[in-house]
Amino acid sequence: MVSIKELPREEYLLKGHAACAGCGPSIALRLLFKALGNKVFLVVPACCTTVIQGPYPYTSFAVPLQNMLFEATGATASGIAAALRIRGLEDITVVGWAGDGGTVDIGIQALSGAAERETNFIYICYDNEAYGNTGLQRSGATPYGAWTTTTPTGKKERKKNMPFIMAAHKIPYVATACPSYPTDFVNKLRKAKEIKGTKYIHVLAPCPTGWRYDSSKTVEIGRLAVQTGIWALYEIENGKFRLNFPSDRLVDKAKRKPIKEYLSMQERFRHLTEAEIEKIQMWIDEDWEYYRKLASSEACV
Amino acid sequence: MSFPKTRKEMPLTPLSLPTVGSMGKTGSWRTFKPVVNYSTCTKCTLCWIYCPDGAITRREDDSPEIDYEYCKGCGICANECPVKAITMEREEE
Repeated sequence: MVSIKELPREEYLLKGHAACAGCGPSIALRLLFKALGNKVFLVVPACCTTVIQGPYPYTSFAVPLQNMLFEATGATASGIAAALRIRGLEDITVVGWAGDGGTVDIGIQALSGAAERETNFIYICYDNEAYGNTGLQRSGATPYGAWTTTTPTGKKERKKNMPFIMAAHKIPYVATACPSYPTDFVNKLRKAKEIKGTKYIHVLAPCPTGWRYDSSKTVEIGRLAVQTGIWALYEIENGKFRLNFPSDRLVDKAKRKPIKEYLSMQERFRHLTEAEIEKIQMWIDEDWEYYRKLASSEACV
Repeated sequence: MSFPKTRKEMPLTPLSLPTVGSMGKTGSWRTFKPVVNYSTCTKCTLCWIYCPDGAITRREDDSPEIDYEYCKGCGICANECPVKAITMEREEE
């Protein structure tokens, strides 16, 4: 386990970037560079990160970065990984860094193809549960009941379980993370870097603009998401499912905080009725029953 | 197969260069400013790791230094400080 003080002081996400105040994805980006250093090549499709870069001819990223079309992150990363291999630059880690829209909706085809080709790269989906930079439309990763501009009365469908879709590709490493737990995220990135093949990390990145809460609560909300169990920190290594700290302590329902605490902090959930909150709580408990069975059995995902 | 060695040999490509303050001095976005009380600070570096803007630098002794030219005033550092050594004060002017 790495401690926060062991992380390097160098910054490769330069200050003065264009993210909103209190941006969750920017914390995750900084942690990415703290974990991997500057020996990375980023592939970024249309998402909030293209905005964070700032206007041409300036960028806030001090690492090589290729902007790409919304749907082509996986395909571009495959090409770049092949080019680096031919040139013998295999100490450089190729990282696909895409938002939830570019992963679970638009980019899933290219990502699925890259995983099937066993491209050697890390794909990170930073999930702010809506299309953030185009003005907050609903995505496949928007949770049940959440307000967005295209679901003004709350989304009626459930969130897509992307980490398990990726685990079904039989890739060597799938993990979830949250920037509120920085050491956990850094450990997972460093672990992924050492593994050959396609690695997928799904990061819950709270978004003050989209989730409608005060910008100072970003880290607190991420922590609550884990403590209430709506977001579990786990990793699937060669099909073997394992819960990570602190989620491994929350298998017992009594240890998890009620989901109402998490929902009531965000204005996007303020129209929810007691019955709907009850339904969300029930789904979380079902998910955890599934996690418990997976973690205690020898079976592979 | 030969590869370009320098940027001049590269085909004409739109390229952005890394710049501190690519969006200008983002400190002007701020309405509340974080102020560190160094006598109660325990140098845990949590504010440094959680700052979305990288506007908090970690000094040699691990105490934080806030860059007011780029701090957007989101308040995460004040909210996360375990000993409440950072307070948010309203900007004058």
